[in-house]
Amino acid sequence: MVPESYYTALSAILFTIGVVGVLVRRNPLVIFMSIELMLNAANLALVAFGHRFGAADAQVLAFFVMTVAAAEVAVGLAIIVTIFRLRRRLSVDELSIMRW
Amino acid sequence: MSNTVWLIPLFPLLGTLLNALFGRWIGRHAHWIAVPALACSFLLSGAVFLRVWNGETFRGDLFPWIEAGTFRTAVTAQVDPLAAVMLLVVTGVGFLIHLYSAGYMHGDPGYARYFTYLNLFVFSMVMLVLAGNFLVLYVFWEAVGLCSYLLIGFWYTRKSAADAGKKAFIVNRVGDFGFGLGVMALWVALGTLDYGTVFDEVETLSPETATVIALLLFMGACGKSAQLPLHTWLPDAMEGPTPVSALIHAATMVTAGVYMVARTHALFERSGVALDVVAWVGGLTALFAATIGLAQTDIKRVLAYSTISQLGYMFAGVGVGAYAAGIFHLVTHAFFKALLFLGAGSVIHAQGGEQDLRKMGGLAPRMVLTTITFLVGAAGLAGLPPFAGFFSKDEILASTYHRGRLWLWALLLLGAFLTAVYIFRVVLLAFFGGPRMSKEVAHHLHESPPVMTLPLGALALLTAVAGVAVGMPSTQGTAFARFLSPVFPLSEEVGHGGLSAYALLVLSVIVAVVGLLFAWLLYGSRPIKVEAIGRPRNRLHALLLNKYYVDELYGFLFVRPLLRVAGFCARVFDLGFIDGIVNGLGQLVVGWARSMRRLQTGYVMNYALMTLLGAVVIVGFLLSR
Amino acid sequence: MDAALIPLLPLLVVGGTALLVIVLDLLPPRDRKGHLGVVALAGVVMALLVSLGLWGREGRAFRGMVVLDNFALFLDVVICYAAALVLLLSTDYLRRNDGERGEYYILVLLSTLGMVLMAAAADLIVIFLALELMSLSLYVLAGFFRGRLAAAEASMKYFLLGAFATGFFIYGIALIYGATGSTALDRIAAATRAGTRDPLLLVGLGLLLVGFGFKISSVPFHMWVPDVYEGAPTSVTAFIATGSKAAGFAALLRVLLSTFKVSQPDWTVLLWVVAVLTMTVGNVVAIAQSNLKRMLAYSSVAHVGYMLIGVVAGGALGAGSVLFYLLVYTFTTAGAFGVILLLERGRREAVDLDDYAGLAGRHPVLALTLALFLLSLIGMPPTAGFAGKFYLFGAAVRSGYIWLAVIAVLNSAVAAYYYLRVVVYMYMRDTEGLPTGPAPSFAGRLALAIALWGIFQLGLLPAPVLDLAQAAVAPLLR
Repeated sequence: MVPESYYTALSAILFTIGVVGVLVRRNPLVIFMSIELMLNAANLALVAFGHRFGAADAQVLAFFVMTVAAAEVAVGLAIIVTIFRLRRRLSVDELSIMRW
Repeated sequence: MSNTVWLIPLFPLLGTLLNALFGRWIGRHAHWIAVPALACSFLLSGAVFLRVWNGETFRGDLFPWIEAGTFRTAVTAQVDPLAAVMLLVVTGVGFLIHLYSAGYMHGDPGYARYFTYLNLFVFSMVMLVLAGNFLVLYVFWEAVGLCSYLLIGFWYTRKSAADAGKKAFIVNRVGDFGFGLGVMALWVALGTLDYGTVFDEVETLSPETATVIALLLFMGACGKSAQLPLHTWLPDAMEGPTPVSALIHAATMVTAGVYMVARTHALFERSGVALDVVAWVGGLTALFAATIGLAQTDIKRVLAYSTISQLGYMFAGVGVGAYAAGIFHLVTHAFFKALLFLGAGSVIHAQGGEQDLRKMGGLAPRMVLTTITFLVGAAGLAGLPPFAGFFSKDEILASTYHRGRLWLWALLLLGAFLTAVYIFRVVLLAFFGGPRMSKEVAHHLHESPPVMTLPLGALALLTAVAGVAVGMPSTQGTAFARFLSPVFPLSEEVGHGGLSAYALLVLSVIVAVVGLLFAWLLYGSRPIKVEAIGRPRNRLHALLLNKYYVDELYGFLFVRPLLRVAGFCARVFDLGFIDGIVNGLGQLVVGWARSMRRLQTGYVMNYALMTLLGAVVIVGFLLSR
Repeated sequence: MDAALIPLLPLLVVGGTALLVIVLDLLPPRDRKGHLGVVALAGVVMALLVSLGLWGREGRAFRGMVVLDNFALFLDVVICYAAALVLLLSTDYLRRNDGERGEYYILVLLSTLGMVLMAAAADLIVIFLALELMSLSLYVLAGFFRGRLAAAEASMKYFLLGAFATGFFIYGIALIYGATGSTALDRIAAATRAGTRDPLLLVGLGLLLVGFGFKISSVPFHMWVPDVYEGAPTSVTAFIATGSKAAGFAALLRVLLSTFKVSQPDWTVLLWVVAVLTMTVGNVVAIAQSNLKRMLAYSSVAHVGYMLIGVVAGGALGAGSVLFYLLVYTFTTAGAFGVILLLERGRREAVDLDDYAGLAGRHPVLALTLALFLLSLIGMPPTAGFAGKFYLFGAAVRSGYIWLAVIAVLNSAVAAYYYLRVVVYMYMRDTEGLPTGPAPSFAGRLALAIALWGIFQLGLLPAPVLDLAQAAVAPLLR
C-alpha cells in the first residue's frame, strides 16, 4: 500500500513542473500542456485526499476538472489556430504588439 | 393625498427630462411638452388646495436621502395652507407664463433649451415650497438660483446677458453663504433640520442663538429677494427673456425669501431682534427702490426696481408679524407684477426688442388689449381700489400702523405714493402721448398673438377680483388670513375694524390717486421732449438715475480690490509657490509612471512570472504568521 | 412553479435565454442577427426584474451548493445591469465591424450565466465551474474580431494567463479539501472554526486568493488587464471590466467573509498591502498612457484597489460599500467605454487621446457625457463616484484604517490628473479637421442615458441603495 503522502508529494512535484513549464517555454501549445499538467496535479491531490476521507465528492470534482480542462483545450486550440492563421508562426514572444 | 402631492413636481421634472434628452428632435414643438406638464401640475395643485381647504394636511418622506453617521435626513414634503397657496401661485402663474412663452420665444434657436430650464425651475420651486426640512429647502433654494442663472444668461452670446448671469450668481452666493451657515448653525444648535421638530424646540434656544441663526437665514433671503444691500443683481437680471423676468424675477423665485421668513417665523419670533431687522430692511428697501424706479428709462428696469420695492413691503409685513398680510401681498404681487412684465414683454415684442421708454409712446390705439391689461396691472400695483394690490398693501400698512410702528408706516406710505408715480409714468410714456419710435418700427407695430394676450387677460382678471374675493378686511381678519390661520394664528389686533381702519383705507386711496395725478401732471398733461427724459436735471435726479451709485460703490469697495488681490495671488503666490510644489510633485509622479509602465513588457512570460511571484509572496506571508 | 426551483430562478432565466438564442441562431435570417441581441437583452432584463422581485427571499438548491440570498440578488442586479448595457452597446457596434454573428450573444449570455452562478455559489466546486463558464466565454469574446491581430493577441494572453491562474485556483481547492474534507463553504467554515493553523489550509487560501486576484485584477495579477482591455472589442472590454469584476468580488467576499472569518487578521493585513499596491500602480501607470482604453484599464485596476479598502474595513459598512461601489463602477465604466465605442469612426476606434481633441465642438453631447463619466471616476460630487468613495473611505476610517484612507485620497488626487486631461483635450483643444462620426444609434444612446441616470441617481440619493447593499451583506456576516 503506497502511503497517501507519496501521492500528494507527486502532485506537488507535477504542479511545480507545470508552473516552470509555463514560465520557460515559448510555444503556446507547450505552455498549454504545462497548464494541463497543473490541473492534473490538482486532480491527483483531490483523488488522494478523497481516499483519505473515504468520500466520493473529491473524485467527482476531479471529473469536473477534467471536463473543464477539455473545454479549455477546445477554446485554447481555437485561439492558437486563429493566431497561426494571422501570423504563420507560433511564439508567445511575438505576441507583444500591446505593451507599456 | 400623498401620491397627488408627489405628482406635482414630477410633471415639470418629466418635461425637463424629455426636452433635455430629445430637445434636438422636438425643437420648436417643445411647448407641447412643457405647457401640458405645467397644466397637469396646476390642476393637481388645485386638487391639493381643495383638500387643504377642507382641513387636511400632509407630511411624508419620499425616501431617505443622506446618511452619514448620526446625520440622517430624508426628502420630506409638507403641505399646509401656506404651502397650498404657494403651490397654486407657482403652478398657476407658471402655467400662464409657459403659455405666453410659447408665443414670445417663438422661433428662438434655443427654444427647447428654454423650456427645459423653465420646467426645471418650476420643479425646483415646487420642491422648495413643498420642502419639509431645511436641507431640502436649502438644496432647492440653490436649484432655483441655478435656474435663474441659466435663464438670465439664456442669450449667452450677448456679453451683457452672460455678465448679468454671473453677477446674479455671485451676489446670491454672498447671501447663500449666510443661509448655509444658518442651516448648519441650526443643526449644531438643535441636532435636527426637520421643520416640525425645529419649530417645536425653538423655545429651547436662547434668544441670542436664535438671533444669530435667524439673521444668517435672512442673509440668504436678502440675496434671493434682492433686498438692501444685496439688491443689485435683480435689475441686471432683466437681460433674460421677459417671461423669465415675469416668472422668476417677479412672481415666484424672488419671493422665496419672504416665504422662507414666514415659514420659519417661530425662529424669528424667538429672536425678536431679527424680526425688527426684517421689518426695517424691508421698509427701507421699499422706499429706496421706489425712488430709483422714478428715474429709470428702461421699461423692464422700472419694473425690476418696482419688484424690489414691493418685496420690501412684503418683508415689512412679515417683519411686523403680519405674516398673512405679507403672504397675501406676495400672491397679489405675483398676479399684477407678472401681468405688468408680460404686458411689457408684449410691448417689447411688438417693437422688435426695444425696451427704451424714450422710443415708445402712443401705443394704446395699436395694442388695445395690452394697454387695458397693463392699466389693470398698474392700478393693482399703485393700490387703486378695487384691484388686488390695494387690499394687500393696505393690510400691510394697517398692520404696521396698528402695531405702533409709525415711522415704518410713514416710510411705506411715502413709498406707496412714489409707486403710483413711477408706474403711471411708465403707462403715460409707453402707451399715451405721441409715438416716438422710428417709422419702420411704427409700421410693424402689432398686437401680440392670442397665445400671449390670453395669459394677460387671465392675470388681469385675477388682479381685478382677487382682492375683493379674499382680501376684504373685517373684524375677523381677511378671508385669506383665516385660511392661513393654522400656520399663522390670527392675532387679536388684526381684526381691526372701526373708524381708524376706514380712515387708513381712505388715506391709502388718496395717496395713490395723488400719485397718479402727479404723474399725469409731469408726463401726461403736455407733450414731452424726448431729450428731457433720462438726462440728469439736477443732483438728486442724477443720483436716482445712477441708482445711488451702489454698483460703483461695490465696484470700488469689493470688486476691484478683490481683483487686485487675486491678480497678486495668481502672479506671485500661485505661479511661484504653489505651482512650484505641484509641478515638482507632478513631475516626480510622471517620471515614476514612465518607468513603471516599462514593467508592462507585453510578454506573457513576464506576466506569468509576476503571477507566480505574487502567489509565492501571498502563500509565504500566510504561512509565516 | 416548483418551490425548489425558486432559488435558481435568475440562473434559469439567463440560461434559458442562452438556449433560446442558440436555437434562434440556427433559424433564418442568416445575414442579420440583430434580433438575437433583442432577445438576449430581454432575457437579461427579465433576470434583472426577477432578481428584484425575489429580494428578501432565502433559499438553497442542489444540496446547498447554490444559495439564494440578498447578497446574490444584489450582485445579480449589478451583473444584469452590466450585461444589459453591454448588449445595448453591442448590436450596432458589431454590425459596423462586420462581426455580427449569433455566437456573440450566446457567449455574452453564457458568461452572464457564469457570473450569476458565481454570485450564488456556496461551494468551491460551483465557484470553480462558474468561474470557468464565465472565463471561457470571455476568452472567446476577447478575440471575437478574428481578423485583427490585436484581438487575437488579447484573447491569447487572456486565455493563457487565465488558465494559469485557474491552475493555482483548483490546486488551492484541492488543498483546502485536503485540510477540511469538504468543498462546501459552510462546512469549511465549521471545520476551521477550531482555529488550528493548518498549513495546508493556509496555502490553499493563498492559492484561492491568486485566482480571485486574477479575476478582479489586483496587483500583481493585473498584468493582463491593459493588453486585454486594449485589444478586445470595446463592448467586450466593458463587460470584462464590469461584469467579471463584480462576479470575482462576489465570490471573494463570500469566501473571505463567511468562510475564512477565522483567518480574518491574516488576510486583512495581506489585502491592506494589496489594496495600496493596486491603487497606486493603477493610478501612476495610467498617467503615462495616451491610449484611452489602456488608460481606463489602469484606472479600473486602481478602482479595484479602492474596493479592496472596503473588504479590508469589513463589517456591514465596509462590505456594503464594496457592493455599492460595484454598482457605481458598473454604470460609470460601462458608460465611459460606451462613449469610446460610439465615437468609433469607420473601422478605426477612437482610442488615442488626440482623437478627443476638440470633441466638444464635434459631438457636444457625447463629450459632455464622457466628461460626466470621467468626473464620476474621479469622484466629484454630485456624481455616484463621490458617494461610492465617500462610503468606502468612510468605512476605512470607521474601522481604524486611517492611513489606508489617506493613501486612497492621495491616489484619487493623482487620478484626477489623467481623467481631467481627457476633459481638457475635449474642451480646450481645437478640432484639427477630424470628421464627425455617425450619430450614435438609439440603443447606444439609451445605454448612455441609463448609465447617466445611474450615476446621478446613486450620486444624489445614495442612501436607499446603500441600505440595500448593507442588507445584502448581512447574510455573510451572520
